[in-house]
Amino acid sequence: MKDKLIVSPAPHLHDKTTIPNVMWSVVIALIPALIASVYYWGFRALYLTLLGAAAAVITEALIQKLRKVPIAVADGSAFLTGMLLSYNIHAGAPWWLPVMGAVFAIAVGKQVFGGLGNNPVNPALLGRAFLLASWPTLMTGGWVKTKLGSINGITNLNMIHENLQGIAPKAYDLVTSATPLKVAQTLRDSTFVNSLTSEAGINIDISNKIMNSLLDMGTLKTLFWGNIGGCIGEVSVFALLLGAAYLLWKNIIEWRIPFFYIATVFVLSFLFGGIKGSGYSLSMPFFHIFAGGLMLGAFFMATDYTTSPLSKNGRIIYAIGCGLLTVVIRLVGGYPEGVSYSILFMNVMTPLIDKMTMPKAFGRLKK
Amino acid sequence: MRLRTFPGGVHPHDHKHLSASAKIENLPLPDRVVIPISQHIGSPSTPVVKVGDAVLTGQVIAEASGFISIPQHASISGKVTKIDIFPHPCGGKQTAIEITGDGLDEWIELIDDENYAALPVSEMKERVAAAGICGMGGAGFPTYVKLSPPPDKPIDTVILNGVECEPYLTSDYRLMMEHAEEIIKGLKLIIKIVNAKTGIIGIEANKPDAIALMEKLLAKEDSLSVVGLKLRYPQGAEKQLIYAATRRKVPSGGLPMAIGVVVQNVGTAAVVYEAIRFRKPLVERIITVTGSIVKNPRNLCARIGTPYTVLVDFCGGTTSPIGKVISGGPMMGFALPDLAAPMSKGSSGLVLMNDVEARLLEEKNCLHCARCVDVCPMNLLPSVIAAAVKYKNLDMAVDAGLNDCMKCGSCAYVCPAQIRLVQWIDTGKVRYTELQRAKK
Repeated sequence: MKDKLIVSPAPHLHDKTTIPNVMWSVVIALIPALIASVYYWGFRALYLTLLGAAAAVITEALIQKLRKVPIAVADGSAFLTGMLLSYNIHAGAPWWLPVMGAVFAIAVGKQVFGGLGNNPVNPALLGRAFLLASWPTLMTGGWVKTKLGSINGITNLNMIHENLQGIAPKAYDLVTSATPLKVAQTLRDSTFVNSLTSEAGINIDISNKIMNSLLDMGTLKTLFWGNIGGCIGEVSVFALLLGAAYLLWKNIIEWRIPFFYIATVFVLSFLFGGIKGSGYSLSMPFFHIFAGGLMLGAFFMATDYTTSPLSKNGRIIYAIGCGLLTVVIRLVGGYPEGVSYSILFMNVMTPLIDKMTMPKAFGRLKK
Repeated sequence: MRLRTFPGGVHPHDHKHLSASAKIENLPLPDRVVIPISQHIGSPSTPVVKVGDAVLTGQVIAEASGFISIPQHASISGKVTKIDIFPHPCGGKQTAIEITGDGLDEWIELIDDENYAALPVSEMKERVAAAGICGMGGAGFPTYVKLSPPPDKPIDTVILNGVECEPYLTSDYRLMMEHAEEIIKGLKLIIKIVNAKTGIIGIEANKPDAIALMEKLLAKEDSLSVVGLKLRYPQGAEKQLIYAATRRKVPSGGLPMAIGVVVQNVGTAAVVYEAIRFRKPLVERIITVTGSIVKNPRNLCARIGTPYTVLVDFCGGTTSPIGKVISGGPMMGFALPDLAAPMSKGSSGLVLMNDVEARLLEEKNCLHCARCVDVCPMNLLPSVIAAAVKYKNLDMAVDAGLNDCMKCGSCAYVCPAQIRLVQWIDTGKVRYTELQRAKK
């Protein structure tokens, strides 16, 4: 027997999960989306993603050196933040955009508060908010077509061309230039509809036609597989679901937040998603959960450990809050997309939610 | 069979294959035994022998010293050679009585009371108390106290704990396979003592043959049954077992008797039977000696007070250097600085680990990942309690469930930041107790 045995408190067993294991698993789970992105937009998507990740890692290492704390970039958390930040940028963006965003995300979103585990909001989303505020045109314009098709995902475009050409040049511009959510946002905007023509009947007719083509099976399929314009990481619902399934299977994320987030968006967009004149349609909620960053947000951003509530009931409240805000921003707000801001806002609410939802110990009576 | 369970918990690899098929073997008499005067929860027993006294196996060498206490008996015959401070199997050092054996194993007179089942309840309880029985599952609560619920707390159900949810340990499993009849007789006696109506034996699904055997033996018993339980740690914890088996919740801060339940380990039931029928004191128990580096992992029936070194030697020693010695199971057992300590009445296992298995992981920042919250069987916020203790905010720690924690270790097991949650919580409990004392 050796001179010194290890004496430590129980438990003497530990499962394999460590911080690097968790972080790199999430990175792995994000790879299908990256592959889809490269498939649709080419290697520029990969290039921008790696730039963001590298900038994040370097920033974190530099700050940790300045703070004289151990350099812990190997744990993967900075890489993951950089990667997620780049996922919020479209493939046509200039190279320095993800770099600026990643530096801001790590420096102001994370290290200022003391690093991993101490940040009040999701650093990647804070980085995106910073970019959106600083370079709004670069962030929301200049969408690139996918290699295989359009930006807005409307598959029966020719039919719409024939219907709209001549009578509504603006509508034509609309369906050829913006992302699906932007189309939806513009359609619900009454000033636009009014400006198409002075006859209200025709207005509604045209907007409904465009809306219906957004909601038809072809567009939904395109959204699901990812053959549409958008940000790098949002492109393919299918690829994101693959990654999410991996995380759920590995027990790294828990089902409550993504489920209640997506379910809230689904229900609310079914009830309130239509534009004037169109009735309820079951395609509408599918459109809203497939379009934009909802899948990325629900599975990979809202589930961020540090900024989501601890208790199970708290997570449900948080997720419903995220869903509610997303729908509110999408349907009546100034932005076509509401995922980032809704999660950021709910991040700030997390301490309050935690306080309100302290679980009751097993066998403890209600006070 | 529909398997039942409780909310929360973890599922560590059980490592039971190492020793599960090893039949119980009698360990040859050790040359010397070291019997701690405190092998149970409650006040330590008072020694009644002097150095130099000759003792018989089963003779009382330390008497109970209060209501929650038990006597200790010589586990071999021979001479008392030392009453001193010795290493204790729960870590640290405590007073113990050393007996050097004469190799004869001369016993005190035992009886065989064939009409034992007809004895008055008071006599049964006295025999249990005199035999020095405490819970065999590890916590070591004096059994006769548990068998004496106050009259205003009627008991309707007795649950026998055959769960053995700690990884590695197989002593209860082997006992159930080889001594099932004694266990059932013990269960019937316990039911009679506490005047209950039904008896349940809870066994986890990784012991299907024990479940099948017990079901076969209980087939004709109307009031006794087996409940199969899903694999899940800590199902052997009293409150979790009661919930899994009966769906009843023990109130926070309360005891199982508050909801009409008494829980006993299967091993305890077997020795209760022996104590009542033969007046046999508790001088031996079954212990699993195991671990990946133990040459021949075994289940041994060994005398209380046998030094751990003797047990390891009997198992052929180790195949590589020892990194850690765990007295008990790996989830709640105690790491010892060496093998000098003896086994006690609560020693269900001795687990040896190598350096790699035993390596300490560095504590990192809390990620707030809530994995500890998800697994806590008591529905607490372990990370919040630990942080509150760290920053000396005891009120917050109590709010988050400090005193409801049973230290099962599920939280620390899953923590990706390797935070010593149980240790922090334990520190908080100690501070809280000190504070309460200071207030008085």
